[in-house]
Amino acid sequence: MSTEKSVWRRAFEWHEQRLPIVTFLDNSVGTKYPAPKNLNYFWNFGSLAGFMLVTMILTGVVLAMNYTPHTSLAFDSVERIMRDVNYGWLIRYMHANGASFFFIVVYIHLFRGLYYGSYKAPREVLWWIGILILLTMMATAFMGYVLPWGQMSFWGATVITNLFSAIPLIGEPIVTFLWGGFAVDNPTLNRFFSLHYLLPFVIVGLVVFHIWALHIPGSNNPTGIEAAPADKIPFHPYYTVKDAFGLGVFLLFYFAVVFWAPNMLGHPDNYIPADPLVTPPHIVPEWYFLPFYAILRAIPDKLLGVVAMFGAILVLFVIPWLDTSRVRSANYRPVYRIFFWLFVINAAVLTWCGAQLPEGLPLILGRIATFYYFFFFFVIMPVVGWMETPKPLPASIGTPVLKPAE
Amino acid sequence: MKKLVLAAAAALSLASVDAVAAPAEGVELLKVDWSFKGPVGKFDRLQLQRGLQAYREICASCHSLKYVAFRNLTDLGYSEEQVKALAAEYEFPAIDDEGSDTTRKGTPADHFPSPYPNEKFARASNNGALPPDLSLITKAREGGPDYVYSLMLGYEDPPAGFTVLEGMHYNKYFSGNQIVMAKQINDDQITYADGTKATAQQIAQDVTAFLHWAAEPKLEARHATGFRVMIYVVIFTILAYFLKKRIWARLEKK
Repeated sequence: MSTEKSVWRRAFEWHEQRLPIVTFLDNSVGTKYPAPKNLNYFWNFGSLAGFMLVTMILTGVVLAMNYTPHTSLAFDSVERIMRDVNYGWLIRYMHANGASFFFIVVYIHLFRGLYYGSYKAPREVLWWIGILILLTMMATAFMGYVLPWGQMSFWGATVITNLFSAIPLIGEPIVTFLWGGFAVDNPTLNRFFSLHYLLPFVIVGLVVFHIWALHIPGSNNPTGIEAAPADKIPFHPYYTVKDAFGLGVFLLFYFAVVFWAPNMLGHPDNYIPADPLVTPPHIVPEWYFLPFYAILRAIPDKLLGVVAMFGAILVLFVIPWLDTSRVRSANYRPVYRIFFWLFVINAAVLTWCGAQLPEGLPLILGRIATFYYFFFFFVIMPVVGWMETPKPLPASIGTPVLKPAE
Repeated sequence: MKKLVLAAAAALSLASVDAVAAPAEGVELLKVDWSFKGPVGKFDRLQLQRGLQAYREICASCHSLKYVAFRNLTDLGYSEEQVKALAAEYEFPAIDDEGSDTTRKGTPADHFPSPYPNEKFARASNNGALPPDLSLITKAREGGPDYVYSLMLGYEDPPAGFTVLEGMHYNKYFSGNQIVMAKQINDDQITYADGTKATAQQIAQDVTAFLHWAAEPKLEARHATGFRVMIYVVIFTILAYFLKKRIWARLEKK
């Protein structure tokens, strides 16, 4: 066998000496990134979120080639995409439903972090960047929903931008500034389109920092204890293949909706062109904003409602210090775990309330659920952390993994 | 916020005559077993052709269908010659070589014309209401095709004590139960070219199916592509599963 290196090998090494991009990738998500060997399937959702971000950017770039950001043409241009652009219907349905599935994936990713204490030291900055990604995603999704210029686009934009008018003194000027005029109109649509195209690339930048911050301490794991080097395995091939399998399962759900129920998660009003003179009887945001919409409407005062709505996300920044327990994983926290699952159910209740008219039972339920949402962070997290006796932690990851599961 | 409230109040005054996406509350819609339902659903070409005939002979006198071009009608099973002949039955405004207003015959590239020259004319002719464009109607209403079908058959005498305003008609399924549109579909109102007996239910079904095609013309391509994509993803997932098992088995050997 010849020991001579092939010309391809030499060209590769020549390039790597000058820009070691393959080495960089191998260190990031390849054979040189050691990950705990006991990660369960909830750890798939990070890479799924990355997959959805790429899907949204690719489909979005193609849509932008065919979309016209003008109030008199936007709705028509979307219909042209659906009817006359080759596979335009597929690209648009992938993008519109992609937003929903991106949020499903990111919410599961977030709840996973919450359950296994991935926000605790030394991962606080990693957690912060995650919240910044969520906030940027929400802004992007909101502006994207405005672009088809249907009735819900227009009235959703009107209601949400009007929230800023609750800010004392500078509220009205801020709203005028956001609108680019004195009502939601063409300047609003233009700037939303511009920002809707820009922000996904801001998210890409944040994702780079998110992964960078992840690599300093390494991945958390279901036990929450630090993984010893012996309990780590290379990300590639073990987690690349596991992520590939998870991606396949995820795509079954995503494509089932794209091809067989593409309008299930949308609202029929958005197939009516925007009309500033006709208000839909019931203005609701997309489903992924419903919990926050319920919090907004649970509070009778407009300014406090807006503060609570934004506070519901901003509180996530301080939970590394609100949670007083040193044990990361809720698997070893018998009391906290009950409140955690109540919090998950509570989030579902808020989602339901957000879709109802704010009166009667939904309003009362929405208020109770809003109370519990903040009670969980500000009272349960610190108090249960002090009072609870956690179950004994394993000495190492190897110990529980070798034993059969309970 | 004041502006919003004013806008909302102004809008509510119009809401009674303008279309909203929700049907009347608490009413069970009539359910039809549409051929296009389900993951492999397809349109029934003959039904679409009957629906087109019903649209042209009944609905088109008030409702536009602006996103549908005559060329799209080849989807219904018509030949290009038939489409050309059908388009030529319509006249469109044009400008002649001297710059004067004239008319020309329609071509397959033209879209279905609006029955009214402008919105004010349309409202003046319809007791203040604007007959909605029908291109997306089955997607723009809660209940979809079932709602559109139910609405057309939902005319009945108002219950005792219910006052129907002048120029309005009682409809079981319409939000608020009063609609400007009078009952349009009756038994044997049209004579179908293919000899199908034109009961009111038949006409309502045919025209709804046609309108669903108009709203979602790529439905069949979507279903067919979806089927192929799913087979691909299922095979990919199974292979990935076994590959994952095989690669992770290396850990146990250690």
